[in-house]
Amino acid sequence: MSERWFPDSMPQPMVDKESLPWWQAAAQHRLTVQCCDNCQYCRLPPAPICSECQSNKSHWEEISGKGTLYSYTEVHRAVATGQTLPFVIAIIQLDMDGIGTGNSVRIMSNIVDANPDELEIGKAVSVAWETMSDTVSLPRFKLLSSS
Amino acid sequence: MAKKAHIVGVGETRYTKWGRIGEVTEHALACEAILTAVADAGLKIEDVDGLASFAEDRNEAIFLAAELGLPELRFGNMVWMPGGGGGCAAIANAAMAVETGQAEVVVVYRALCQGQFMRFGDGASELPGRGNGDSESPPPPGLLPADSLLMAAMGFVMPYGMITAAAAFALPMRRHMHLYGTTSEQLGKIAVTFRQHANRNPRAIMYERELTLEDHQNSAMIADPFHLFDCCLESDGACAVVVTTAERAADLAKRPIEIVATAQGAPKGYSFGSFTNPNIADELYATGGTAALANRLWEKAGLTPKDVDVAQIYDHFTGSVLMQLEDYGFCGPGEAGAFIDSGALSWEGGSLPTNTHGGNLSEAYMHGLSHVLEGARSLWGESCCQVEDADVCLVTSAAGVPSSALILQGH
Repeated sequence: MSERWFPDSMPQPMVDKESLPWWQAAAQHRLTVQCCDNCQYCRLPPAPICSECQSNKSHWEEISGKGTLYSYTEVHRAVATGQTLPFVIAIIQLDMDGIGTGNSVRIMSNIVDANPDELEIGKAVSVAWETMSDTVSLPRFKLLSSS
Repeated sequence: MAKKAHIVGVGETRYTKWGRIGEVTEHALACEAILTAVADAGLKIEDVDGLASFAEDRNEAIFLAAELGLPELRFGNMVWMPGGGGGCAAIANAAMAVETGQAEVVVVYRALCQGQFMRFGDGASELPGRGNGDSESPPPPGLLPADSLLMAAMGFVMPYGMITAAAAFALPMRRHMHLYGTTSEQLGKIAVTFRQHANRNPRAIMYERELTLEDHQNSAMIADPFHLFDCCLESDGACAVVVTTAERAADLAKRPIEIVATAQGAPKGYSFGSFTNPNIADELYATGGTAALANRLWEKAGLTPKDVDVAQIYDHFTGSVLMQLEDYGFCGPGEAGAFIDSGALSWEGGSLPTNTHGGNLSEAYMHGLSHVLEGARSLWGESCCQVEDADVCLVTSAAGVPSSALILQGH
């Protein structure tokens, strides 16, 4: 069992043809971004065509799950039964590890196991997977400086 | 060049806290507001041949047209700019309709009964992904099908708890504070100023409730940095605005208010803004995303921010006002905190009296259409916080999502 931070009652992913491969990789604890076959521009959330060159050909690249805190909010209202409050919604600037064009890709997620006083934009973070079920795992993030 | 469309009448029902209007349906409230606005203009309902709305309106124009007995519906229109971003765009579309002869008298309307439908503060509570939330022993989380683009976009962020507007707009606000040193007290001054305006407005839900900066600072944290009093009201009620041609406007009950310029839209890659999009361009992230449409608006109007006598700026959150002050060029990027500290937004002696009705924060939340009503009133001399000899009014819709804005002139 991996560590759990959020209850089963949290809102569930809603998935379409574009995003299904991303969720399937996530279930295997692999964090991926979609990259254009033609111009190598990388994107999240998944989309059918590239916003930069309009190519409809793309592939998936796995990234390290390291990044920096771009912004965050500490939320004091529960969105699900049995949830621990407050919780932190964050925007993570992902390290692209030389993949694609190196363009900026961010993801929305949570910071877990952090003291609110430790939260600071620009701090380094790393992915911490939470297995919600056989089919759903979510990439949460931890501050690298926290134990 | 075709003559500009004009606003010739406005009207609203009573405004209440959300859930307090249950004795009539939401669409009946919409009809009441439309009839009040039409009467305000000195028109009859038989004169109306167009209806325009925004924000995924439940009260479809085709049904309202039938209920109201319009002789013929010649223009029924819905804006794509989501949520409160589309209020001014609905006015713009009504203006285009009458300027191009599609219709002659178009009414823009908004009715909300949050007790009869979903409460906004509960966020995306109606989305299927929330299905697990009410259960003590939910089924194992699974992948649910997204049956629309909106569901797919929401479905990618909801599992992290992103379901409320407060959390969505807290993210860019936090970054603004980080970049520029903006403070919670500066946000609080916005809330207090608008409350002071509402305390003069008998229509305002918060008419009799005073608010101090201390109250703001001590109020419950909702989504940091937003306290309770940084968040707009959740309201029941309806309001409407009548738009017609220059020719028709000339001999009606009230002095016509010219719709001088309109603009709507979104920056590249913006989609649903800070709600679902963590990849808003870095230079736009800590803004309202409305600078480009603001520039188009000023250019079309042949006016500058200095020409504005009074402003009605969409305030779902205090931070929305702060960022729009920068986007619309009333101050530079990062300078809005100091601008607010100067007392600029106050009707009493401020350089830019703003939300003279009390805004979404203290009058009522009608998805921002109430700002258009107040814009017209502030140029008719009917505001409860009347700016003397006001001639030019800026009205904006929601920031942080695709948005829209108007410049009105009373002449």
